[in-house]
Amino acid sequence: MTSSKGSIVKISGPAVVASGMREAGIYHRVLVGSLGLPGEVIRIEGDRATIQVYEETTGLSLGEEVVNFGEPLMAELGPGLISSIFDGIQRPLALLLREQGDFISRGLLVSSLSRTLRWNFIPAVKPGEGVIPGDVVGTVQETDRVLHRIMVPPGISGKIREIRPGNFTVEETIAVLEDGFEIKLMQRWPVRMPRPFKNRLLPKLPFITGQRIFDMVFPVAMGGTAIVPGGFGTGKTVAEQSLAKYARADVIIYIGCGERGNEMTGVLEEFPELRDPQTGRPLMERTILVINTSNMPVAAREASIFTGITIAEYYRDMGCQVALMADSTSRWAEALREISSRLEEMPGEEGYPTYLATRLSHYYERGGRVVCLGKEERSGSVTIVSAISPPGGDFSEPVSQSSMRIAGGVWALDSDLAHRRHFPAINWRMSYSLYTDLLDPWFQENVAPDWPRLRAWLMEMLQKEDDLLEVAQLVGVDALQDEQRVVLEISRLIREEYLRQSSFSEVDACCPLQKQVWMLRILCRLNDFLGESLKKGNPLDGLFHHPLLLEAARMKEHPPEDFDAFGRSFLSRIDAELKKGAVSG
Amino acid sequence: MDSSPSRLLTREYQSAGAISGPLLFVERVQQALLGEMVSILMPGSEIRRGQVIELSEKHTVIQVLEDTAGMSLSNIRIRFSESVAQMDLSIDLLGRRFNGSGVPIDHLPPVIPEKRLPIPGSPINPLARAKPSHFIQTGISTIDGLNTLVRGQKLPIFSGAGLPAKEIAAQIFRQAEIVEAEREPGEIIRKSGDPHKFAIVFGAIGIPFREAAFFIEAFEESGVADHTVAFLNLADDPTIERLLTPRYALTAAEYLAFEQGYHVLVLLTDMTNYCEALREIATAREEIPGRRGFPGYMYTDLATLYERAGRIKGRKGSVTQIPILTMPDDDMSHPVPDLTGYITEGQIVLSRELHRKGIYPPIDVLPCLSRLMNQGIGKERTREDHREVADQLYALYAQGRDARRLESIVGAEGLSDNDERLLEFAGLFETRFVNQGRQKRTLQETLGLSWELFKTFPAERLARIKPEFIQRYYKQPAK
Ligand SMILES: Nc1ncnc2c1ncn2[C@@H]1O[C@H](COP(=O)(O)OP(=O)(O)OP(=O)(O)O)[C@@H](O)[C@H]1O
Ligand SMILES: [Mg+2]
Repeated sequence: MTSSKGSIVKISGPAVVASGMREAGIYHRVLVGSLGLPGEVIRIEGDRATIQVYEETTGLSLGEEVVNFGEPLMAELGPGLISSIFDGIQRPLALLLREQGDFISRGLLVSSLSRTLRWNFIPAVKPGEGVIPGDVVGTVQETDRVLHRIMVPPGISGKIREIRPGNFTVEETIAVLEDGFEIKLMQRWPVRMPRPFKNRLLPKLPFITGQRIFDMVFPVAMGGTAIVPGGFGTGKTVAEQSLAKYARADVIIYIGCGERGNEMTGVLEEFPELRDPQTGRPLMERTILVINTSNMPVAAREASIFTGITIAEYYRDMGCQVALMADSTSRWAEALREISSRLEEMPGEEGYPTYLATRLSHYYERGGRVVCLGKEERSGSVTIVSAISPPGGDFSEPVSQSSMRIAGGVWALDSDLAHRRHFPAINWRMSYSLYTDLLDPWFQENVAPDWPRLRAWLMEMLQKEDDLLEVAQLVGVDALQDEQRVVLEISRLIREEYLRQSSFSEVDACCPLQKQVWMLRILCRLNDFLGESLKKGNPLDGLFHHPLLLEAARMKEHPPEDFDAFGRSFLSRIDAELKKGAVSG
Repeated sequence: MDSSPSRLLTREYQSAGAISGPLLFVERVQQALLGEMVSILMPGSEIRRGQVIELSEKHTVIQVLEDTAGMSLSNIRIRFSESVAQMDLSIDLLGRRFNGSGVPIDHLPPVIPEKRLPIPGSPINPLARAKPSHFIQTGISTIDGLNTLVRGQKLPIFSGAGLPAKEIAAQIFRQAEIVEAEREPGEIIRKSGDPHKFAIVFGAIGIPFREAAFFIEAFEESGVADHTVAFLNLADDPTIERLLTPRYALTAAEYLAFEQGYHVLVLLTDMTNYCEALREIATAREEIPGRRGFPGYMYTDLATLYERAGRIKGRKGSVTQIPILTMPDDDMSHPVPDLTGYITEGQIVLSRELHRKGIYPPIDVLPCLSRLMNQGIGKERTREDHREVADQLYALYAQGRDARRLESIVGAEGLSDNDERLLEFAGLFETRFVNQGRQKRTLQETLGLSWELFKTFPAERLARIKPEFIQRYYKQPAK
């Protein structure tokens, strides 16, 4: 690593210009000023380089030195990532805390992965074997649930000359190729460059979230992209955190990008306590946090997304199903805008640089389901769930619009629903999923044959309700026919009992797929029940107070474990009630 | 928190290269620091202050806190202080009054510093934060019952011109106390805590004298004046100074909380004035304007203020912020309330309609939110039924408002029985629950009143509440 030096000629917020930087390359990592603030070259003109500085620039002055290392900003990838909490440029917050105290100060360079921790490495190949990029040379049990595959880095191949088991630090050599290349537990990768794979796969498996409105109504595929746009306080963070807790995935990367400190405290206190619903292990054992809160430097916020996605790709390459939550992508875009305006670039829409859409799509495209590199056939995926915070809750702005063009799932949040405390405040009229057709076969085969039919019924009821409410707005509910009031009542139950799902409920925060199906079957059958009872001449008001309806109104609090039995018996009770003929209210 | 390198020479410059609005462009400055404070010596003995906001070979850009009026390119001298804005701190801050940039205005000598800290502050390492979870009883039903405030939270009041935000804020700090739940379900005991460890930091940002006087008087009346630190930038004080005022206030607050163990309540008013000062500088710098002319970095800038709230593990005190802002034209989607709401942990929103109806406090609960409520309430902290009572009140009131809208279209005859009930409930909710006047209500009373209002409905309509709580708290309506 050769370094060269320049000196500061301009300082404007997080952007610094240095002269004498002829040797710098774009995205090269530099250290700025006597405090040694980390930064990255983002523009070069002649011998002048513009640098985005990852720490506060207050107190810098002209003439201070800038050191260029001649290499880009890299992520450290290897055992020890899981359970870590990093800032936007992958510095472990725990180390900053130890070195700097409770308040973050500046100029501390630390390794991302521990250099002293030893990992037990078990080789999977023998000397003499030929290896290509992506081949797994051995494994490390990183946490109880994550088996970390040590892979041949992209671009490297050859024959294994030496390899040995044992306890190693991430910097020690675990294998040597015949050309002398040393494989270590850790590899480094430039964060702005997507990691290679063999080819993309069509996403055909669902990303299972445990949230009814996501799984049943607007499902997203594993390796797909979902966005969660919504005004302040509509539930983006709670949604992201619920996914991080309950979604089925091998590894979760949670990026707190320009959001609140206290929110992260919630995660930090909860996650070590909470158990993964599949394995019963602490959630932290599958989680990596990248935290750059709103008051932390804006350029590091810009980098945080790339740090996160690079780590995600790395686990994907092992064959893991990774889910990446970014809260919020808008804050990332704003960081981009702020830096762009310091560069005095020509602004596009709403002051965002004209390359906003390109950058966004490059980032989203790093998600996906792929066939990994390596001889052994394996596939991995990165599912991206991106929160978006449109100003004034108005989705016509550039970040929402550019994201919607790319995302396969749009979970649109609605202030009006949030104000009535209908959570998750997903507006079912504006939301959509482009994955339903791809995923339905899986749901039919693995969960319930009637899955697509149930969803269609639910959507139809909500649509009917909309139409009827429009009429009722003109003539009053009393003027509606009994059949129409049945529709209103059932769709009310759908909204209140099915779509509404509190993250704070002990029983209902996560709803397994089987329970999702049974709940909807019950509602569907109750609809028939009301319709048929009406035909038999039962008065409507009595029917609306029928014990079965009242019971259905609380069914989500029924524990999921025996919901199959509960659902089956519920349906047969409805049938029995119908057979009785007259129904009493 | 790091200090900046200091230099030996006192550097003074005889002239500016250009003056534009609140900005001064000085050429050929050696070794100025970004953020450095400067003194501008005017003809005569007047001294104005400024701060370096940009450095380049061409010029150094200085934002002048006071007016640039009266300055010419050659009649001023500029003296660089060699340090970024810092503040002298000590326990003696309590009871003192300063102007908007930390200079005493109470005719007392300057504070003898125990510590000096740069006023921009440093971000709290997220790992160092302790989860805010202590319920603060404000005595206001719409807050305690529905949008609970906890220690270490930042909960702004979104007001409109002429709405009684300051009365509500004053009521909050007068009545605020920490209460704790009892073991017995349904019982809450009050615990006043150590009164000496409670402090108020008041930052007045561009408000009229009459408003500032209201607060100062309120502090005195309620006997907290000697636990109060006030920073006053009034309407006729320098505009650009408003960018510093909240930073002085928050530096004092952090010091009192994290070094001295106080539970500090920070009142900042009016944040809209702060944002306008930010816009003024941005315009003068010819930056690309964002929505309504406010700069694109306003979110980040506001975050460096609002995020200075919270608790820290292993330290005693806490900083709780109640910023007040005026929504221009009562518009909640205006950038000032909008960006604030995106940063703070909820908001208390005032309504002109309720105010016109004579309801006090005129808090419209629907758009209100307290994001930290859940961690501060429930069986161990307040009462077991708190969460569900709040949810149920919300659901019914929202439906009641729908019914009201429906009534205005189809008339009372078009309403179903259920709609009529909802309508009645919405009315009761506003006139009894919201409209509590200046009197204080304990949480116990607030919850009691809620159950009272639920009587408008048969028990089975209370679907958001667990049957077990209904059994315990719901008293059959007398026929
Ligand atoms: N699924 C849910 N269940 C129960 N409550 C919810 C749910 N989603 C949101 N809420 C409530 O709404 C509040 C706001 O949600 P959240 O913090 O997720 O909003 P946000 O969209 O992330 O806002 P911001 O953009 O300002 O960060 C939460 O504090 C919680 O009280
Ligand atoms: Mg959020």
